[in-house]
Amino acid sequence: MVVALKRIAFYVGLVAIWQALYASGRWSPMLFPSPGDVWSALLDGFRQGTFPTAIKASLQRVVIGFIISFFLGVLMGTAMARWKSVQETLGSLVLGMQSLPSICWAPLALMWFGLQDTAILLVVVLGSTFSVTEATYAGFRNVPPLYRRAAMVMGATQMQLLRRVLIPAALPSIVTGLKLSWSFAWRSLMAGELIASLGGFGQLLQNFRETFDMPSVVAVMVVIVAIGLLVNAVVFRPLEKSIQRRWGITTDDRQSDYRKSRRPAASIQRQLDIAQ
Amino acid sequence: MSTLGIPAPVRRWRDAVLPQSRALPAERSAPATLRVRSVTKTFHGAGGLVTALDDVSVEVQPGEFVCLVGPSGCGKSTLLNLIAGLDHPSQGQLMLGGQAIERPGADRVVMFQEPALFPWLNVRDNVAFGLTLSGMRRAQRYARAEQYLELVGLGQFGRAWVHELSGGMKGRVALARALVLDPRVLLMDEPFAALDAQTRDRLLLELQRIWLETGKTIVFVTHNVREAAVLANRVLVFSARPGRIKAEIHIDVPRPRELKSPEMLAAANRISAELESEVTISEEQEMATATARNFASHGLLWRL
Repeated sequence: MVVALKRIAFYVGLVAIWQALYASGRWSPMLFPSPGDVWSALLDGFRQGTFPTAIKASLQRVVIGFIISFFLGVLMGTAMARWKSVQETLGSLVLGMQSLPSICWAPLALMWFGLQDTAILLVVVLGSTFSVTEATYAGFRNVPPLYRRAAMVMGATQMQLLRRVLIPAALPSIVTGLKLSWSFAWRSLMAGELIASLGGFGQLLQNFRETFDMPSVVAVMVVIVAIGLLVNAVVFRPLEKSIQRRWGITTDDRQSDYRKSRRPAASIQRQLDIAQ
Repeated sequence: MSTLGIPAPVRRWRDAVLPQSRALPAERSAPATLRVRSVTKTFHGAGGLVTALDDVSVEVQPGEFVCLVGPSGCGKSTLLNLIAGLDHPSQGQLMLGGQAIERPGADRVVMFQEPALFPWLNVRDNVAFGLTLSGMRRAQRYARAEQYLELVGLGQFGRAWVHELSGGMKGRVALARALVLDPRVLLMDEPFAALDAQTRDRLLLELQRIWLETGKTIVFVTHNVREAAVLANRVLVFSARPGRIKAEIHIDVPRPRELKSPEMLAAANRISAELESEVTISEEQEMATATARNFASHGLLWRL
C-alpha cells in the first residue's frame, strides 16, 4: 500500500509541474496543452468512440503479431539451444536483428504487401520475434546441467527430458523474456501504424497532428502507455509471479520473504519437530 | 541382449531416444552383481591426457554396501559416473547382472552431491518423477511415493514445495526419489557433503536403517572416513593420479552401528591410515611434478 501511495504522490507531483509549466505561459497553448485540456480530450475520445475503435484495432493486431512472434521465437530459440551450429549461425543474425529498429522494415513491408494489415503485422513480428528467441535460448541454456543428469539417471528419454525437465526449468526465464517482447511488439505496432494509415492508435496520432489537436495527441500517448502497463499488469506480472512463487524465487522488495524462503516455512518446521 | 545385427545409425537413434531400462520397478529389481573389469578412463585435460582411472576392477555383490574413499581427484566420482552410464570408459567393461552398461537407466539411480530436486514439482511429484517416466498410473505412483516418503521420515510433506524444505529434508526427498525406483544399484556421490555436521550424522544413521530395511546394493562415494566406517561393509581406498584401488578394508562391526562407538573409531582409523599415507604420497608426487615443471619452464640449461 505504501508503494501505491508513493506512486500516486509521484504522478500528482508530475501533473502539478506540468500545470505550472503550462501556466508560466512560455509556450503557446496550441503546442503545449494543459493537463485539463488533455483530460477532456481523453474523455471526448472515449465518448465519441474514436479511442475504443482504435484500441480494438491495435490490440487485435498486436495479439496476432505477438502470437506469431511467440511461436517463431520459441522455435528458433529452442533450435539454438539444441544445436550448437544453429546458435553459431542463426544466433549472430538474431543478435544483429535486435539492433535494427523493426520500423526499418516498413518501407519493404509496404512495397511487398501494400497498404494492408499484413505490412504492419510484419513490422510487429520482426520487432518482437528476436527478443522471444533470445529469451527462449537463454532460458534453456541456464537450466542447471544437474537437472538433466538427474532425469537421465532416472531413465528419461530425450523427449521426456525436454517435456518434463527442460521446458519447466526454462519457463521462468522465458516468461520474463516474454514480458519484454510484449513491449517490443507494442512499440513496433505504434511505429507501424504511424506510417501505414490503417486505423489504430498510430494513425490516430497522425490524424490529430494534421488537425493540430495537441491535447488529443497527448491523450492518445497516455492511452498507449496505459494499455502497455495494463497488459503487463493483467497478463505478464501475474504469470511471472505465480511461477516465481512456485519456484521459491522471491524478487519482492520485502526481504523477510527471501529469508523465509531459505529456511523451512514455520508451519513445516513445527510439523517436523513433532514428527521427530 | 545382443546389439549385433542392429545397424549403427539405428542403434545410435535408439540410444538417444530410449533409456537402457524402461521396465517397471518390480520387473527389474532382481538382484544383480555389478562387475567393473579393468576399466581405464582418460580425459583431455589442460596439460594433455589425464588418467582418471587406471585399470580398476571391482565386483559388488547384491545387497552389499561399498564405499569408495580417496583424495579429491582420485577418480572415485568418475567411476560412479561410468557405472551410472553417464560416461563411457576408455578401456574395459562394466556389467550389471550380465548386461553391459551403455547408458543411463533407472536400474542404476544416482543421488548427487546436491539434491537436484525439481522446484516446479511438489515433494510427492518429485519422488514420483521416475515412476512417471516409466508410465506408471497416477494413483499407483502416488501410493508408492507416499510409502517412500514415509520411509525417509517425511510422510506428511508430500504437498510441500521444494523451496520450503531445509537442506536435510531435501536430502531425504532425494533419497526417496532414488529408492522409489527400486534400482538394482543405488549410486551415491557424496550425498551429504553439503550438509552441516549434525544433519549429516542423523542422515547417516537413517541411511543405515534404510539399507537394513531394504537390502539395496549401494555404492557410496565419500572422502569422509567416518561416513565410510559407519556405512560400509567394504571400503575401497583409491590412490590419486592415476586413480587406482590401493586397499580394500572389510568392516565387520555388527549393525546397527553407532557413530561414536570404539569399534567405529578403530575402523575409521584403519581407513584414515591407508588414506593418509596416500595423501602424503600424492602431495610428495605433486611437489615433485611441480619442481619438474618449474625446471622445464625456466630451463634447466640456463642454470648450468
